[in-house]
Amino acid sequence: MIAELGLAVLWLAAALAVLQLVIGALALRPEGQALAGLVRPVAVMQGVLVLAALAALITLFVQTDLSVKLVVENSHSAKPLIFKIAGTWGNHEGSMLLWVTIMAVAGAFVALIERRLDEPTLMATLAGQAFISLGFYAFLLFASNPFARLPQPADEGQGLNPLLQDVGLAFHPPTLYVGYVGLSIAFSFAIGALVTRNVGPAFARAMRPWVLGAWIFLTLGITAGSYWAYYTLGWGGWWFWDPVENASLMPWLAATALLHSVSVLSSRDALRAWTVMLGVVAFSMSMVGTFLVRSGILTSVHAFAVDPQRGAFILALLAIDIGSALALFSLRAGTVTEGARFAFVSREAALVYNNVMLCGILGIVLVGTLYPLVTEAYGVKVSVGAPYFNPVSAMFAFPMLAMLAVGPLLRWRQDRLAGARAARVAWPVLACGALALAVFVGVELFAHRITLLPALGLAIASGLFPASLLPLVGRNLRRTPLPVWGMVTAHAGIAVALFGMASESAFSVERLAAMQIGETQSVGPWQVQLGAILPVAGPNFTALQATLETRYAGGSPVTLHPQAEAFSNPPGTRNESALETRWNGQLYTVLGEQAADGRWQMRFWWKPFAPLIWLGGALVGLGGLLALAGRVLSDLRRIIARDKIAWRRMRQGR
Amino acid sequence: MSETPAPPPRSRLALWLPLVLFAGLFALFVHGLLRPADTNVVSAFVGNPLPAFDLPAATPARPGLATAAFRTGKPKLLNIFASWCVPCAAEAPQLDTLARAGVEIDGVAIHDRPDDLARFLATNGNPYAAIGRDDMRKVQLAIGSSGVPETFVIDGHGVIRYQHIGDIRPDDVPMLLDRLKSAGVQ
Repeated sequence: MIAELGLAVLWLAAALAVLQLVIGALALRPEGQALAGLVRPVAVMQGVLVLAALAALITLFVQTDLSVKLVVENSHSAKPLIFKIAGTWGNHEGSMLLWVTIMAVAGAFVALIERRLDEPTLMATLAGQAFISLGFYAFLLFASNPFARLPQPADEGQGLNPLLQDVGLAFHPPTLYVGYVGLSIAFSFAIGALVTRNVGPAFARAMRPWVLGAWIFLTLGITAGSYWAYYTLGWGGWWFWDPVENASLMPWLAATALLHSVSVLSSRDALRAWTVMLGVVAFSMSMVGTFLVRSGILTSVHAFAVDPQRGAFILALLAIDIGSALALFSLRAGTVTEGARFAFVSREAALVYNNVMLCGILGIVLVGTLYPLVTEAYGVKVSVGAPYFNPVSAMFAFPMLAMLAVGPLLRWRQDRLAGARAARVAWPVLACGALALAVFVGVELFAHRITLLPALGLAIASGLFPASLLPLVGRNLRRTPLPVWGMVTAHAGIAVALFGMASESAFSVERLAAMQIGETQSVGPWQVQLGAILPVAGPNFTALQATLETRYAGGSPVTLHPQAEAFSNPPGTRNESALETRWNGQLYTVLGEQAADGRWQMRFWWKPFAPLIWLGGALVGLGGLLALAGRVLSDLRRIIARDKIAWRRMRQGR
Repeated sequence: MSETPAPPPRSRLALWLPLVLFAGLFALFVHGLLRPADTNVVSAFVGNPLPAFDLPAATPARPGLATAAFRTGKPKLLNIFASWCVPCAAEAPQLDTLARAGVEIDGVAIHDRPDDLARFLATNGNPYAAIGRDDMRKVQLAIGSSGVPETFVIDGHGVIRYQHIGDIRPDDVPMLLDRLKSAGVQ
């Protein structure tokens, strides 16, 4: 019953999306003005209905309704509740339903709260959003119905991929998803603005919170995904340049660029066509990423939702949505009037530089990700990895981060670094630069074996961290607006994460050992003793668990329990690492297999300052959150003030 | 904006660049989707001559195996197997079929005991002309085989022409006969 209801509601929502597209488009013409009032309620209703469909699917998973095909294939009655819920979107059909849900709910929110944008642009935006949604509705209803029943109910479900039975991962895909799909709103705003040729500060201000929100989710999703891969896959790395990781990085890079250009557009009315272009590119990268993950045309560790036919469907959507958006851009961008001009030394110029560099990195990641596909067309198999990505992206990233030390201090439109401004900007930045140089020279002098990239990373991070705090100097901190705090936090987070990455790659110590029970090994400053190996049983897995007594530099012992887990349904294994975090780094231990002579293969890493990578990522996300909170609060204040004025006027009978 | 000087005419052509780039990307994706998924990595040993080896007999019933046996001008199959390997027993009927079709099959027994091997051959049939004994997996590693069973097509000059990883299924038999035939032509 619930399944049928869910499907019916989904069809209704799709029908409303058709209506939203048609009346949104008609309302743009003078004779269709009467319909304009209908668009907003339809968008809200569509959001409510599709939310109900998602709720129905979650209910089916929570109840483990074994007559529903999707539940049987992806769930199990013995699974903990949280993984039952996560199982809803841990598969292709459910994740597509989550996709349309986010699109529709975001559209509903725009319809409810957006009042500053001129009405025609908003109509075009909502019609655009309905247009993109419709493709995904079609995909769901015709090719991947999540509510399909089995002819005969099954006796038991077939479980969830054991690698996915992890709290971190239960929420990593939906977080990324909100980010991916949140960018669809930016895309629709860009389309709306192109249709009405109304690209200006109002459009940028309407778009900005959505870009910011999606970007926060992308940042947190990537950070969480990287940490998950780090501790659960047991290979000691945190970023592999895997196609699917790149697929999440590319929208983030585009969204980061968009975030900065949209602030130029909203404050200074410059970079009009460029911002619209980035709005299109950001969501395009989300769709390209989804296509790469689902179609399986690239070999990846994330190959659990692969199907070439689905790939063909997504590719068709990709062609229709992105192709038409880019065609619209090509036709209209020439008629978008040029925005305000700015000088070579100005905050706008710094942000343009940031945008160019970010797009450079985006291009490098895109080329590196797709290069194997290109060569395979000529029958040559290659794999592209860190030796390409690290140095080539650093060529753009390091100059960009150097500019990041200066950019936020510059004035809009025009700045001159002489006199008082030199004291305010040039000298502090030069001091930070000197610090970076000192760190670089120090690293080169005292740690010879460290290669150039990590040394540069350590130096730039050391200089960037104090420089990123400079915008706060001389301000009344209690009166500093939240968005400024957000910017400072996010930029400092970049420095923190960079320091962690550089330190991890420069100073990590690895030890592989075949150990007998009772044996002790050292890794970096740590002594690790293998105490015992015992079998343990979890709710749906059995595991071998090692007991490790670890001591940091002869200090008090800490006990760690790395596990080698075996899942029965479906069969699979996982090496769960055990970590010990200190202020200055992390000890990483993995239990391997038993050798023929009875010794156990153990792997240990000492990774100085590695946790800063994710702390930095979290700071970047927090910065975004502060900025978003600041924007939303000031919007709320303005709305309340406007309502008060309106109420007074009404009371005075004016 | 009316006060600002008239903007310089923009290059209309440049505005079409994103669409052109996207079209290229789309063509690449379509090609990637249509291409039959071939995730097998072709061994670097294919096309190379067999390394020199001279293995003792693994069982009294058959002679040992040396590289010279593959320089007779006639293509042969080289089957890497072991009595302890279950898929090897599963592919035995297919090897029999190939042997009855006139194909000469030489075997390399990996990590095996003569008694076990004799029992295996008695149970599953013995299509082999010669069986070499490779207790240290030397030959196996030298020809780029990573497990059992694997079957190599060797042409008449002792050059590896094809590597079949895993057991031979009934529908692989015609393909192997084809490979042997084309190895004989070369």
